[in-house]
Amino acid sequence: MAESPQMASLSDVVGRHNSLDGGKPFIETRNLEFFYGETRALKSINLSFPESRVTALIGPSGCGKSTLLRVINRMYSLYPGQRATGEVLMGGENLIDAKVDPTELRARIGMVFQKPTPFPMSIQENITFGVRLHESLSRQAMDERVEWSLRKAALWDEVKDRLKSSALGLSGGQQQRLCIARTIAVKPQVLLFDEPTSALDPISTAKVEELIAELRADFTIVIVTHSMQQAARCSDQTAFMYLGEVIEVGPTAQIFTNPREQRTREYVTGRFG
Amino acid sequence: MSRLAARRKLTNLVAAALSSLAALIALAVLGSILWTLFERGFPALRWSVLTTSMAPTGENGGLANAIVGSLIQVGIGMVIATPIGVLGGTYLSEYARGSRLGQVTRFVSDILLSAPSILIGLFVYTLLVATTKTYSGIAGAVALAVIAIPIIIRTTEDMLSLVPTALREAAAALGAPKWKVTTLIAWRAAGAGMLTGLLLSLARLAGETAPLLFTSLGNLNWSTSLGKPMASLPIAIYQFAASPYEDLVQLAWAGALIVTVGVLAINIIAQLTIGRRR
Amino acid sequence: MTDSPAHTITSYDDDLEKLRNLITRMGRLCEAQIMGAVNALVHRDAVAALAVAAADHELDLLEAETEQFAIQTIALRAPVAVDLREIIAALKTSAILERIGDYAKNIAKRASVLGHGGTMEPMVIVPEMARMVAQMVASVIDAYIARDPILAQEVADRDQLVDDFYTSLFRLMLTFMMENPTRITASAHLLFIAKSLERIGDHATNIAELVIYSATGERMTERPKRDDTAFVSGANI
Repeated sequence: MAESPQMASLSDVVGRHNSLDGGKPFIETRNLEFFYGETRALKSINLSFPESRVTALIGPSGCGKSTLLRVINRMYSLYPGQRATGEVLMGGENLIDAKVDPTELRARIGMVFQKPTPFPMSIQENITFGVRLHESLSRQAMDERVEWSLRKAALWDEVKDRLKSSALGLSGGQQQRLCIARTIAVKPQVLLFDEPTSALDPISTAKVEELIAELRADFTIVIVTHSMQQAARCSDQTAFMYLGEVIEVGPTAQIFTNPREQRTREYVTGRFG
Repeated sequence: MSRLAARRKLTNLVAAALSSLAALIALAVLGSILWTLFERGFPALRWSVLTTSMAPTGENGGLANAIVGSLIQVGIGMVIATPIGVLGGTYLSEYARGSRLGQVTRFVSDILLSAPSILIGLFVYTLLVATTKTYSGIAGAVALAVIAIPIIIRTTEDMLSLVPTALREAAAALGAPKWKVTTLIAWRAAGAGMLTGLLLSLARLAGETAPLLFTSLGNLNWSTSLGKPMASLPIAIYQFAASPYEDLVQLAWAGALIVTVGVLAINIIAQLTIGRRR
Repeated sequence: MTDSPAHTITSYDDDLEKLRNLITRMGRLCEAQIMGAVNALVHRDAVAALAVAAADHELDLLEAETEQFAIQTIALRAPVAVDLREIIAALKTSAILERIGDYAKNIAKRASVLGHGGTMEPMVIVPEMARMVAQMVASVIDAYIARDPILAQEVADRDQLVDDFYTSLFRLMLTFMMENPTRITASAHLLFIAKSLERIGDHATNIAELVIYSATGERMTERPKRDDTAFVSGANI
């Protein structure tokens, strides 16, 4: 369709190959610090997220990986007493600057959560909800957008005959793919996944992972996961975090075959605590 | 089987027997009330009860003015209470979590929830009846509204706090501003529960007597004027039940049955609404 | 390499330990096979030679067990990083050790064929060479157990000595054959025995490389030179 320049050509998808080659930094953090009240949850984070690549954040619970994700789309600003210092640079703009409107920012940086969070409305309305916040489309354009996003989320064939029925009737895996469709319908540039499969069965997990691999062509992706196998399977770059710091970052293949740091090695081989 | 297992089995049996007994007693009381109501009220229930206004003894009067009076006062009371209660509950749940003002508001609202309803009647008497020098339907409606507000605030807040934070964050993550997250997502997700809260407070208002005693007073004649004393079912029952005339006492039973069936119907509708929405 | 703490799942450590034990057993057995074969040669003991050849079957069985257990561990534990490297190294090491066993068996067979052919001068050098490669195998297994890349590198360096030894033996044999045309068959067997020992040295070096990879994640930087008999022509004997 005409208005979807982000749609991947077949060769993009077929030719993809996990590597960091050629990925320009799309988002960069510089001396990023984050505070829950007085507690410093992120300590001087300097990370680069390459364009059209998948970066996985791994680490034990409470290491700050989800927090880092929630800083990037300013989710933390919903809550009082949470603040960030330093820079999150995207296209030369510091995203955590108060001058940047968080609602407009979130149209550029979408997020998918741990548990599927379908809104209590129809499948179609779930998708139009986000689009309507930022664009006013004709009825036909909106229908096309709904189909485009559902196709992209590999859900179209399963739901095309029941777009008007409640999203709550979908299975867990379908709900999560609907959430992904809903997020990409807004046409963001960056997708943040916060443990997107931790509530799903293995088959649904595999579908979501396959989807992430396909979306990689069009989006810069950051995924937080507790499953090291998942990080190994679907990311190009992996960062290991511990106690609010990035201990090691490198190509995923290197992190899982020859990590440089003792703590990374202990964590990925299951010798932690 | 070991002795320990046998003892556990016995304990279990005793506990089950005691709780079943308690449930039976509660059910028996309720059953007896309903039975008495039907036994005494049903024979008195004639078509004319619903169509004619009250009349002195021996003139075959009905309860039409009281029924209409109740509907008007409860209706206006709900119209006043619903927006205040819903918005107040929304404020407490969505905007005032952990804030000082929120805590105070919640505390005051909870006190109001448990305040004796006769006090609320007196409060509105001082506010509206003493100042205008007349009992009035509107004063009754206001008194009912004051009773309904804390109930609606409470149920609204409770239902909204059941909406998962993840759902609000998901909406916010799509770029929705706070007011849209609240009205389009949180209210929608909590809708069934909030509606149930409204229906339950409606049922509660339909049976209130005390707050009306000093406000709308009651009226033996047909009157729909809000500025004048207005009849209502609970007051009619209260007055007729104490009367020495058998036909008026009969009418009180009929009124009690009407109120009970009405409240029961609202409750059933409420339950069905939740059931259907789930 | 620094010693890692235990796995959170302790049975994982048990699995790795079992794999290490299998490799150790294979290594010790190889060492014994090499010495056994050469001793049979020196003492012209055909019975001992047959015993060595028969014992090779045990190495084959151990290799099969190691391979099966390594595959099972990979399937069940999904190892990564140092664990993955160690298991892969064990898998390859067991195949190499089995190969070393084959060479020992081959030496033993030739020993029984040589029979009572009388002593030849070069025969004195062969046991010395055998001791060297058997020592290399022993050391590389020690390095494997200790996960010691320095010892492994030292073993790899020793291969140069073996190669030099072989090169000089090769020249010696050629000269010997020219002077004693009646002993050509025996000499050819002896030459193949020397070549087998030289190959065992190469294989020990390969294991040393695996130990280094397993311990550090890095490939050994410089591969030591092989024997240069390939460049020996009649002209420069």
